[in-house]
This record gives sequence, C-alpha cells and structure tokens, in this order.
Amino acid sequence: MRLRVAPGGPAALKVLAAAGAAAAPVRLVWGDPLERPLASLSPPWVPALELDSGTVLFSPNAICQFFFLARGEEPTDLTNQWLEWEATELQPAASAALYAQLVHGKKGQETVEALGQLLDHIEQNLTRRGTAYLAGDTKSVADVVVWGALFPVLQDETSLPSELQALRTWFQSMTLSEACRKAADSVLMPKALLEFKSYLQKHPPPCLATEKATSNEPESSPQEEDGSEHALTEEEITAAVDAWARGVAALPKPWRPQKPVLPVEGMRNVLITSALPYVNNVPHLGNIIGCVLSADTFARYCRLRNWNTLYVCGTDEYGTATETKAMEEGLTPQEICNKYNAIHAEIYRWFDISFDYFGRTTTSHQTTIAQDIFQRLLARGFLLQDTVEQLRCEDCQRFLADRFVEGICPFCNYEEARGDQCDKCGKLINAVELKNPQCKLCRGIPVVKTTQHLFLDLPKLEERLEAWLEQSFATGDWTANARYITRSWIRDGLKPRCITRDLKWGTPVPLDGFRDKVFYVWFDAPIGYLSITANYTDQWERWWKNPQQVELYNFMAKDNVPFHSVIFPSSLLGADDNYTLVNHLIATEYLNYEDGKFSKSRGVGVFGDMAKDTGIPADIWRFYLLYLRPEGQDSAFSWSDLMLKNNSELLNNLGNFINRAGMFVCKFFGGTVPNMVLTLDDKRLLARVTLELRQYHQLLEKVRIRDALRCILSISRHGNQYIQVNEPWKRIKGDEKDRQRAGTVTGVAVNMASMLAVMLQPYMPSVSLAIQEQLRIPPDCFILSHNFTCTLPAGHCVGTVSPLFQKLENDQVEALRKRFGGGQTEDLAVEPQAKQTHPAPATLMAPGDPQLIQELTEKVAKQGNYVRQLKANKAEKAQVDTEVATLLELKKQLLLAEGKSPEVPLFKGKRKK
Amino acid sequence: GVEELALLAKLLGLPRGIKYGVQGERKVPVLQTNNGPGLTGLMTIAAHLVKQAKKDQLLGITAEEKAVVQQWLEYRVTRVDGGTSKEDTTTILKDLNIHLEDKVYLAGNIFTLADILMYYGLHHVMVDLTVQEKEKYLNVSRWFNHIQHYPGVRQHLSNVIFIKNRLYTNAH
Repeated sequence: MRLRVAPGGPAALKVLAAAGAAAAPVRLVWGDPLERPLASLSPPWVPALELDSGTVLFSPNAICQFFFLARGEEPTDLTNQWLEWEATELQPAASAALYAQLVHGKKGQETVEALGQLLDHIEQNLTRRGTAYLAGDTKSVADVVVWGALFPVLQDETSLPSELQALRTWFQSMTLSEACRKAADSVLMPKALLEFKSYLQKHPPPCLATEKATSNEPESSPQEEDGSEHALTEEEITAAVDAWARGVAALPKPWRPQKPVLPVEGMRNVLITSALPYVNNVPHLGNIIGCVLSADTFARYCRLRNWNTLYVCGTDEYGTATETKAMEEGLTPQEICNKYNAIHAEIYRWFDISFDYFGRTTTSHQTTIAQDIFQRLLARGFLLQDTVEQLRCEDCQRFLADRFVEGICPFCNYEEARGDQCDKCGKLINAVELKNPQCKLCRGIPVVKTTQHLFLDLPKLEERLEAWLEQSFATGDWTANARYITRSWIRDGLKPRCITRDLKWGTPVPLDGFRDKVFYVWFDAPIGYLSITANYTDQWERWWKNPQQVELYNFMAKDNVPFHSVIFPSSLLGADDNYTLVNHLIATEYLNYEDGKFSKSRGVGVFGDMAKDTGIPADIWRFYLLYLRPEGQDSAFSWSDLMLKNNSELLNNLGNFINRAGMFVCKFFGGTVPNMVLTLDDKRLLARVTLELRQYHQLLEKVRIRDALRCILSISRHGNQYIQVNEPWKRIKGDEKDRQRAGTVTGVAVNMASMLAVMLQPYMPSVSLAIQEQLRIPPDCFILSHNFTCTLPAGHCVGTVSPLFQKLENDQVEALRKRFGGGQTEDLAVEPQAKQTHPAPATLMAPGDPQLIQELTEKVAKQGNYVRQLKANKAEKAQVDTEVATLLELKKQLLLAEGKSPEVPLFKGKRKK
Repeated sequence: GVEELALLAKLLGLPRGIKYGVQGERKVPVLQTNNGPGLTGLMTIAAHLVKQAKKDQLLGITAEEKAVVQQWLEYRVTRVDGGTSKEDTTTILKDLNIHLEDKVYLAGNIFTLADILMYYGLHHVMVDLTVQEKEKYLNVSRWFNHIQHYPGVRQHLSNVIFIKNRLYTNAH
C-alpha cells in the first residue's frame, strides 16, 4: 500500500505517526500538494492511502484506524468516541487556531486559549479514568489522532496551561515516543511549514475549517510559490532599498497620448479589441468577463506601463436575428440597433470600461472596408461561386435561415428537428434534407430553390494561413485553448465557406448577380474592428495596416476563436494589403451561474443591466468577476462566494490594510508622513513587496489577469502582518526609539498603500481613485515600474482617510440570490400558479398508476424538447414562458401521479399527532 | 440525531426503550449506559448498537472494509451534518456521485452501517431534489433507492420516488 502525504500538511502528522506506531508496512510517497489533490474527494494537503485493492482512503482518521486494524487492534467504543470527537470538535478548532497562528500571526498563547474547553475535555477524561492514555493504559489509535491534531498548534507541552497536569504529561509522553517524533521531524520541517503557510495565505479561513476545495480557487503555479516564498538574497534586498530611496525621480513620466491615439514610432503600440457583442442580447456577467472587462483591465494595465494603447469595441448589428427582432417589435432593424446599442453602451459605462471608442457595425465605413476586402479577394481569385439549394418560404417572401426551419430529422425521425441540428440525435443537418419542413414564422411549407452564393476559398489560403499561424504562435501569447481550438480546425481540413446570405439587413454584396444579397455575418463582423476604428479616426490604417509597429490583442470567449484565428486572418491574408493580424489571442473559458448556466429566458443569472440595481458598486463586481475570471478552466459565479470574497479579501485584507496605513498617518502623525529609518526587517519587506510586484508584471504581461490579482492581495497580506507584528499603535506611546519605529512602520505601510492604489487601478478604477484622493498621491506617481519606490516621502500630507469597502450581509446576499434565481426559480415561479389552477387532480389521481406515469413522462419529455428548441432558436420570451409554464405543469402532474407530493402533507400530519 | 438512532435500534431488532440525551449546541446524541459515563456521538453510539445487536458485519468484515465504513461515517457526521448551504449539499452529492459510480454500497459490495446512516442523513436532501437533479446525481439516486428498499431501513420515512427512464438526456 502507498501512503501519499504532502510535506507541511498538518494531517500528514497523525497518519505518519500512526503508521509508525502500528508498524504498518507502507510505501511513503511525498506528493507535491500543488500539483493535484492526492485523492479525488479531498483537497490538497490531505493525505491519501492507496490500498493494494485499489481503494483509496482519504480521511486521515480512517487511515490511522486502518493501520491499527491491520495490526489486529479492533476499535472500541472509547476509541470510536475519541475519533468522532476529534473529527467533529477538535479538528475544526485546531485548524482555525493554526490558521490564526500562521496567517494572522497570532501568538501561540492566544490560540491555545481558543482551544480552552477542548483541552479541558481531554484533561477531565484523563483524570477521571486515571489512565495513562486516552482509551486505557496502552497507546491506541485515539492517542495518535488527538496528538496529531494538537501538535502543530502546541509544538510542545510548555504552551499548555500548567493546571492541565494530566494533559501535559500525556502530551509530553506522546511527543517523546519514537513514532510521533519521527513523524514531526519529517512533516514539520521549517521549509515545508512555510509552503503550507503560503498555501493557507492564498485561501480564506472558512475553506480550511470545512476543508473543502472550490473550483474558483486558482491552481497555484510553481512560479507563484517561488515569488512569495523564495529566500531573499542580499543583492535583492540591496537593490530594493536603492530603488526605494530613489523615490519619485526613479519613475518614468506618465505618457499622455494625444487624441485620437495613433501609433508612435519607437513606442510599444498596443491595439486591443474585445469581441463585438451581438446587439440584441443584453450581455450577462459571463459575456462581460469574457471579453470587455478582461480587455479593459489589460488596456488599463498597458496604459499604466506607458504603452501607447488603443482599445476599441462596438456592437455587432447585422444579421437575421436583428431582422426578426425588428419584425417582432414593429421597428426597423436600424431602430432596433439604435435602441440596443444604447443599452450596451450604458452597461459598459456603468462597469467603467475604458474604451477609447465604442462603435457599431452599421456604418458607411463598414460598407466601404468590407466591400474593399471583398473586391481584393475577388481580384486575387480567392472567391468561388456555387449554387446552393435553400428553403424559401413563399408566404414570407424570403429564404429561410437554418434557425427558421423545422421538420422531421432525416436520421432519427425526431419530429421537431431544427434546420441546422437535431436536438434528439445531435447530428448536423442540412436544412433541405429535413422531411416535412415548416417555416417557423408562418408555419407555411417552404420550397427548395437554388440560389447562387459566393464562397471564401479557404483551402487555397491554407498554406499562407499556416505559415502565419506558426509565426504568430511562436512569437505571441495565445491562450492554450485558443491554440488548441485553432489546431483542431486546421487538422480537420479547411473547406470553402459561404460568405453571402439572402437577407436584406447587412452589408450589400457589390457584384452583379448578387446585389440583392448581403455578406454573411461572420465574414462581416470582424471587419467591424477596422470600421469602428475608422469611425474613431480617419487615420485608422495606421493601426490596421501597420503590423510592423502595432501589436494586436484580441479578447474573446473560446467559442469565438475559429473566426479570429482561422477565418478572419484568411480573409485579410487573401486581401493582401499589409493588414495588422492578431499577435495575441486571449480566450476565456465559460463562467457559469451558481450551478447552472445563465439563462435570459428562465430569468436565471445576473445580466449587465441588473448589476447596478443590486446596490453593489461596479468595482466590487469588477473585482469578483476578475477574481474568478475563467482563466484556463470554467468557473462559477456564486452569491455566497461573492460575499465571502468581498468580506474577507476586500474588507478584511485589502481595505483594512490601506485604511489602517492611512489612519495611522492621520491619527499619530497629524496627517504628515513621518520620517523613516529602515531596519533590516523593513528592508526585507521592501524586497518581498518588490518580488510580488515583479510577479504581478510577469503575469499581466502574459495576460494572466486573475492570477496577477492575487499578487495585489498578497502584498496587502504582507502589509497587514507587518503592522500586526510591529504594533505602531503601542509604540507611539513609548519612548523616543519606539516612536521612531512607529513612524517608520507607518511610513512604509502608507507607501505600500500608495503603490497598491496604482496596481489596483486596472481592476478597480474607482477604488484606486478614492485611495489616490485620500492619500493625495501625486498624479505623476500613477505609473507602474518594476520597483517599489517611496512615492509619499516624509513630510507628504495625506487627505481625509475613510473606509473603502462595505461589508455584505448574509440577508442582503440571500435576497439577491432569490431575486436573480439560482437553480430553483422554475419551482418557485410556478408553484403558486399550479396550486391555484389544479387543486383537484392532486387528490383525484391514483398515485402510482403506471400508465398515467408513462403517459405523463412522455409528455414531459416531449414538451421539454420543445422548450429547449424554442430557447435554442431564441424564440420570443412570451412564447417561451408559456411553453415553460406548460412544461412545469406537466412535471407537477407527473410528480403527483407518482405520489410524491401528496405524501409530504401526509407525513407531516402524522408527526403532528 | 437521536431520531435516527431510534430508527437504527428498531432496524437492528433491539428492544425498545433505549433513552438518549443530547448535548451542546450541535445536539450531539448521548447514550446512557449501565457502566461508566455513557457514550457521546452519533457514530460511536451507532457502532455500539450494532455490536450489541451482534450484527458486527455491518461495521465491515475485513480491516479495509472497517476503515472504509469508518471513513464514510466520519464523512456523514462532519460533511453531511456540518454542511448547511446549498453549495455544501451540491458538493456532497457530487462527491458521492463520483464515489458510487462503480460501487453498489458505500463500502463496495457489502451493505454496512455507513449506508444506513448516510441514508438517514440524506433523506431530507433527497426529498427536496427535483426530477432533474435526481437524474443529474444518477449514482446517488440509484444507491438511495436501493437503500430505502432494503428491508427495515426506511420505516416511517417517506418513500422518495425515482423515475426509471431518463428525461434529460439532452441536458449538458
């Protein structure tokens, strides 16, 4: 059997001690806790025992028990009782105490006092029974398990109160036993403890108390560990002190570009786009973090680095969906676009997105540029012409887009297959192959017509594309998912892609024979980046036809990757006009809502326009969304996690530190930054902060936005500890030397706060501004360098300091969770209605009638498919709502038929008697 | 808590009239015994009752089974009883669903005390699950349905209905 333990993990202690005490023949494997959990059900740092049968034990107590069982020592009532008590009572308290010691830097004495009652419990048991060990006169599994929980907190018996004599004696004899001593020596090495500490620091305390892993925690990379815990060298400390002393003079002057921003020779010119949101959907939080907010954070960072930066975005407005929406609302497509463009712009303004320009695709520049690219492709022979069979509804006088046809699936005979895909068998369908097709708008029967279309000859462009991709992959920062998706597209082989459509709402095709057609939206939309820039400046070509000077970053969610990495570059390569092509393609995974997906039709999730109605400030939303940015893996928005992160990270960590640093200057030094005389400890801190700052840069340069945020929180954690250890509020009352020390600590702390304000600006611009005003940080210091320098020297006057964050209360967050749905909305919304309209059938139906259940089950399945189909086709909300209500009613009847609901009141009735 | 110990005693065929107390904020059950200060804790008392009824096989037969039973009893009293939020419940259901993927019972192929107490501990959760959730945690549902039909286990607790045919095969 193999025992896998992580060095430094406190639970490793008891299992090793138990293995030693029971002389179990285990093969010990030291696992790296940061790589992956040892067992699937347990968080890292918890040991796992892999038995020869393949079974894995993940509970430390069960592992200990197993070692003693294997030696023939059966559990007794007494050992069971100790193990249960340890797991339910002692362990949570001991973990909290250890966290307080290691992370908050609480003194050992204080934390031992917090364990008071539990220690008394052991003492009383030992004295009452008068035995040497917990469960009798010989050592048992109970002793090892309880000792293992206490030792990391106590270290030796002298930290125990002297009146607990029996406990002291027992603890000492345990600690001195060979098995325990060996376990302690191998697990609690100073270096391993530091690693464990840095792990704890990255996690809020509640996670430890319940020992659960959440997917929203980042996988810490080895790099990060190096950054926070590597030993400082003399050179690093000296360099940090030098940089500090140079002060503001060492900072470059902030670059304030002329408007409009244009590329500048000799500067790093960064062009940033975020995927154009489709105009007739209100974006939800997932859309916001997926592109505009991520791109905004990066754009702000670039500006703070003095890189000459242009950030553009806008709404994507052409296409069938807009046309249909317009018909529904009785407006023209342009009016629909105007209406929704304003909604989008307002949402992004509220989120403080720093676009240099937020435009739209329905402009004359779009027509000019798209038609130019088209003409160039045509002239160079990259377009093919072919006839396509397409369904046309004569009643509606239009060719039907795939989503407007339904019929019987040619593969599985499912009756409500969509024009592009069958929901039942999942196969892709060519709309003309559907049996009995129907127009979804008028329910008329469409006919097959042939129509001429133009195709982009991707196979002919493949060679150029691959050469370019190879070079862009090698020199740029493409996220792993973007590389992967692109490679799989290329590997599957490129086929010609149709670029025209039989629609009216779009960019007209400038070619005889096609004048009644428009460009297909995926050909057209990315050209929007260019035309939006053209609306910003008539010198747009200096950005878009200038790959020598411009670096292009595209931000998007992963579903958009192929259009940006394969199809659009192919168009531009084919057009052959020295276009700027993407250098860095940054794609996120998906953000889920609580445990499901965001859904407009079900009213589940938070949408951009609702965020401000929550009363939670935009910066808190920004912080939380960036904190769980789906970087590398999907993540999930959760209300209780939002509350936790706000209260633990913002309020208690970051806000607390910045506020204290400022308050000390005001309260103890009359608002003027005091003189600072640096000791070795302070110098070490400077070096430590510098390391975090460099790590922040390293990560942001690779657009690892979420990970870089951890560096900010890490610095304020160092700051809190620094204040806690040095206690300036006590020293200020002491002698001259103490007062000088209080001044130094306050001065260093307020300078850390000043730098945090700058580092925070890309994430929380309003909070950053508030700190800037409170501390009166000179505007010229709003620049990011690689050094931590003293920007608020002795004599600098700060302004009025006030708290930056507000606590979120449980009630408030619960109310929001209810309001925005979270898995249960369907039931909540429909129950009252169902009760009112159908009180009778509930009692009339014979519970458990198999025929009825069968019938209802089929109905539910059918209606369910229908609803899904409506949703997939983005049908009108009112229609979806009606059908959902029908579905829920059917489900309700099904439950009743199965006898589920009637049984509940019956059960309650019984209990009342 | 105390109620399920009464259910367990009945299931084990022990005589009626065992008296239990509770202790502390968490209402930890206490069993008064003739000799000594009594026993405290759900796991401890349950194991004691099993031994009294001479049904020791319910605690596992081999050392490995015994440790696994211990592990899941501990999971029951720490995670299932400790968890209060919707997320905790979801985590537990996910954990169990993974664990039960290739097992008939919690401890593999034998029915044990872990199954009984986990069933009692999860009953209030399973009652409230929607049809869709039950289908999502398919392995838990299969196991739960199996245990509730195990002779003598369910007693007066409500029978939780599971639908045999899947309704949400398209759901991702």
